[in-house]
Amino acid sequence: MAIAYALDFEKPLAELERQIEELRRIGDERGIDVNGEIGTLEDKLAIRRGEIYRSLTPMQRVQVARHPRRPYTLDYLSSIFTDFIELHGDRLFRDDPAIVGGWARLNRQSVMVIGHQKGRDTKENIKRNFGMAHPEGYRKALRLMQAATRFHAPIITLIDTPGAYPGLGAEERGQSEALARNILEMSALATPIVSVVIGEGGSGGALALGVADRVLMFENSVYSVISPEGCATILWKDATQRERAADALKLTADDLIRLGLVDEIIPEPLGGAHFDPDAAGEFLRAALIKTVNELNKVRPEKLVRRRHDKYAAMGSYADA
Amino acid sequence: MAVMAWFKKERKPRTAPRERLEIPADAWEKCESCGHVDIREKFQKALNVCPECNTHKRFSAEEYVELLTDEGSWRELYADLKSGDPLHFEHYADRLIAAQKKTGASDAIYTGIAKLDARPLHLGVMNFRFMGGSMGSVVGEKIARLARRSADKRIPMVIVCTSGGARMQEGALSLMQMAKTSSAISLMKQAAVPYISILTDPTTGGVSASFAMQGDVILAEPGAVIGFAGQRVIKQTIGQDLPEGFQTAEFLLEKGQIDDVVPRASLRETTSRLLQHMRGAKIKTTAPEAAA
Repeated sequence: MAIAYALDFEKPLAELERQIEELRRIGDERGIDVNGEIGTLEDKLAIRRGEIYRSLTPMQRVQVARHPRRPYTLDYLSSIFTDFIELHGDRLFRDDPAIVGGWARLNRQSVMVIGHQKGRDTKENIKRNFGMAHPEGYRKALRLMQAATRFHAPIITLIDTPGAYPGLGAEERGQSEALARNILEMSALATPIVSVVIGEGGSGGALALGVADRVLMFENSVYSVISPEGCATILWKDATQRERAADALKLTADDLIRLGLVDEIIPEPLGGAHFDPDAAGEFLRAALIKTVNELNKVRPEKLVRRRHDKYAAMGSYADA
Repeated sequence: MAVMAWFKKERKPRTAPRERLEIPADAWEKCESCGHVDIREKFQKALNVCPECNTHKRFSAEEYVELLTDEGSWRELYADLKSGDPLHFEHYADRLIAAQKKTGASDAIYTGIAKLDARPLHLGVMNFRFMGGSMGSVVGEKIARLARRSADKRIPMVIVCTSGGARMQEGALSLMQMAKTSSAISLMKQAAVPYISILTDPTTGGVSASFAMQGDVILAEPGAVIGFAGQRVIKQTIGQDLPEGFQTAEFLLEKGQIDDVVPRASLRETTSRLLQHMRGAKIKTTAPEAAA
């Protein structure tokens, strides 16, 4: 099970993995029992992985959040939900594949699941636009959320986007308006809403699926008003200063908890969600079931009132 | 020598010196758009709009307050709110102090209550000179409070927008101000209290993707640049130049994104008339005229 270590800081792991493979090959070729040595190296690998993943820097977390093998919305839809029926289109312009959504079951309960969708390879990424939605994607999402509300179903959104797409067509068709509308409408939908940042929480494009009763973040996900690269370009005219920007922006799950902006961190298997997607899925499933059950007990009007109060309290200022 | 003497003889002043001296240099203003030069007072009388080419130059936040309210009726609300530095973001504290010194304002928006044609109005005016009109916790809090007050007291709200977007130095806290302002404005919608947003140059990013685009009526000044993404970012993303007039108020009008483009000189009247309509609509449904 050779894992593709795609990230620079994973190099020691890739090296150990290579040694294990090499040993295995030699053992096979010469018919020697190398299990003991392999066991030692595998232990070493696990320890090293633990060390690395327990002390990720903010920028390293950004890299993990963007990992090309990280589970995406459709992966979770097939692993932890059942009976998923995808629904397409905004009824106005087109279907935007950068956002997917539809009815599904979570532990037998019907829910509406909506999420950003990145592509696994170049071809799919072109189709999915790297998870950067156009206005029609956000309008589809709102249409599905309104349907869920009508039929008293909880809404679950999975956030994973670099941001809303900055392009000509997106601007022409009202990217600002689409985001603004979702953010406003979500604040008042009379049904439980749970949002989970599963990877990249990129600015307004993330928030337009992220106004919720409970906001959860995966341990290695990030949520930020601007990408570290964008921030570094603006402040220091130098995108390579992204480490510095990632530190300054306070964009990790721990930071967001500390700032009072998210409610809960969902743990990831050591080595990141991409290292063991099934385990990540189980953690997500457990968190969703617990959260949805709690919210189901609250009357919708009360949910909405609390949601308004929750967002009203967000901010940091002095009132002299 | 002979040539020099001849040259000197020919040299005469081309304009009458007396005329030039009468008007000091700083009394003149030049339009950067068309090059038109006029007496500063003429620009001022035209609300900082070029009398020649109609270019709407920047108008200060204080001037918008004056433009949109009855004389002497403005009372500022929430003036004491001041930004913290929750992320300890490098240089943010210094930049805040510098911006406060430069503008004399506490943050990037004035909020208050006033009268417009003798009717109560909640007015918010953003200040581009304060860190590019960026929205941090204070801007978000002031707008949210004003909107909630509008919903409670049934007083219409007008926001004059100008902003580069969210205030990066407050990280995700500034992002959440989009949700905070929107949530408060949704309370106004439920209460059916009118909200007019006036977009001025420039209105982009997190501000355009929240309260700026949530008005019951959205007006924009001629030529104002309005959009979600900045032009440099779009150019980089698509790898080509942008069409002329892209993201201007006129472009948005054509694409169906705003209700109208209104010259600065008509803003006050248009706002007042719109509010009368929206107020009138409400009165009809809730308070039928008593039988005489």
